[in-house]
Amino acid sequence: MDHAIQFDDVSVHYGGKTALRQITLAIPKKQIFGIIGPANSGKTTLLKCINRTLDFTPAARVSGKVVVAGRDVAGFRNVYELRRRVGMVFPLPVGLPLTIYENVAYAPRRAGIHDRAELEVLVEHCLHQAMLWDEVSDRLDMLGTRLSGGQQQRLTLARALSHRPEILCLDEFSIAIDPVTTMKIEDVLLELKEQMTIVLVTNLVQQARRLADRTAFLSAGTLIEEGETEKIFTQPVNRLTERYVNGEFG
Amino acid sequence: MNEPFDAKSSENQYKLLGELTVPLDDSELFTATSVEHWKQVTEKIAWFVCLLATLVLIVPMMAILTYLLVQAWPALSFSFLVENPHNYMTAGGIWAPLVGTFWLVWISLLIAAPVGVLAGVYLNEYARDNWCTRIINLAVVNLAGVPSIIHALFGVGAFVMFAGMGRSLLAASCTLAVMTLPVIITSTREALAAVPRAFREACWNLGASRWQTIRTIVLPNSISGILTGVILQVSRAAGETAPILFTGAVFFSTLPEYGIQAFFPYGLGDRCMALSMHLFTLSTQVRGVTPALQYGTAVVLIGLVLAVNSLSIGLRVYLRSRKKW
Ligand SMILES: Nc1ncnc2c1ncn2[C@@H]1O[C@H](COP(=O)(O)OP(=O)(O)O)[C@@H](O)[C@H]1O
Ligand SMILES: [Mg+2]
Repeated sequence: MDHAIQFDDVSVHYGGKTALRQITLAIPKKQIFGIIGPANSGKTTLLKCINRTLDFTPAARVSGKVVVAGRDVAGFRNVYELRRRVGMVFPLPVGLPLTIYENVAYAPRRAGIHDRAELEVLVEHCLHQAMLWDEVSDRLDMLGTRLSGGQQQRLTLARALSHRPEILCLDEFSIAIDPVTTMKIEDVLLELKEQMTIVLVTNLVQQARRLADRTAFLSAGTLIEEGETEKIFTQPVNRLTERYVNGEFG
Repeated sequence: MNEPFDAKSSENQYKLLGELTVPLDDSELFTATSVEHWKQVTEKIAWFVCLLATLVLIVPMMAILTYLLVQAWPALSFSFLVENPHNYMTAGGIWAPLVGTFWLVWISLLIAAPVGVLAGVYLNEYARDNWCTRIINLAVVNLAGVPSIIHALFGVGAFVMFAGMGRSLLAASCTLAVMTLPVIITSTREALAAVPRAFREACWNLGASRWQTIRTIVLPNSISGILTGVILQVSRAAGETAPILFTGAVFFSTLPEYGIQAFFPYGLGDRCMALSMHLFTLSTQVRGVTPALQYGTAVVLIGLVLAVNSLSIGLRVYLRSRKKW
């Protein structure tokens, strides 16, 4: 019961193709949960189950149960509330064609916050958390789409934090970001986990090792192994896991 | 002798460069091989053929416009625009048909633009990709290619007779609306489809509903394409004769020329004159019309269409200059 997210026998098919096979997994509250695995192993699909954005892929069929905040996501009448409880950052940075300020204020506005002072504080706070404030504080009215790739990625992060989610899902967030900034954001994530549950999908196994409390290893849509991060990295039960974390395939 | 070779030191770079340039002299470097020679020839041919095609297009168009203008010159004046036709249409101006065309186009636009744009939004943003949607899409695309006389017959059946509008401004406008709808829907869909899906997904992930996403991101960034499609249909509606011929246009009616009455001469149930119809009448139905009068009408009609089209081009250029990604 003390879990932020529970997957109960979840399978996902895209048309005739199976992307996830009977995943049963519990993600504890206020921890960083790492998900690692080779490309096309279903990591992104797993995240899309959490806030039901898989609904927008007509070909996708989901079976099994995903429980967020004690409720089956399929049972959320107000799916927008579910999506606001979950912050999502996907690997391709997308700055909305709005100003930087409006990018970050977008979700709060949709949720009904219109007080200017409140919005300003919120926007600045989120941009600070995403390590973007110093670079854009003097040009908040510039178009978000004109930022560089790495900056847009951090803008996406700021946006995901703007609606105060209980769960933050990061999908290979550091692809476009330079190593120094990545390190800074990692520090922020370690602070953030005091307030929220973080699901960190990463193709850098060392990033999972640095940050995650627990880690799951996915391969070809199957959950191979899940456990304490240190254990996954030092004494994996499964031979496949061992080879993957040691960089022997992937 | 055995010291490590440092390619970055300026001395060594000079050496590398020297070794490279020595065996190749300039003439060898810049003589085209046979493949490259052929490339240059095809490039010239392609340029010439494309230019020729453009000229084939432009020259007759300019010729027609010039000829029309020259022929119409004696008739063109301000009073030609604001006077009604007199003496069994052999004299006077084109005020009544001009106003008629204006109202026909305006009312048809008021019907077709909202319906067409919203239908395009539905088809592109909401409809699931199933056989039903595909049939609708196919129907829309095919309707765009249906000859206008068919739309006219449909208008007679549906609006004039079935809906009981009689032959009237309203029935004619509705027919024009039906004729322009398919293209408005198609161009709206294309404009919407040009907005990257990633923007929509980003909004959905932020908890925005589909409609919020459409209103805040999709429509503002596709409005230039949508408006261009709509405006181009305005000029089409202004130019067509067939759809209004049996549904509401009339050969002749006199209107007040002065005062506010002159601008609102027709009620929705009245029949009205129209420029395209007037041109047809002048050239085939009335005896003793001076050619200048006919050409003058044609020039005004073409001028109207060109003006509307340039408006749409101008709008598109302006909106594109503010493109956001
Ligand atoms: N929209 C889609 N339509 C069809 N197949 C998809 C779609 N999205 C993902 N897949 C397939 O599902 C599998 C898992 O994909 P994904 O979840 O993106 O994996 P990962 O994030 O681990 O790389 C892949 O084989 C991929 O080809
Ligand atoms: Mg992925």
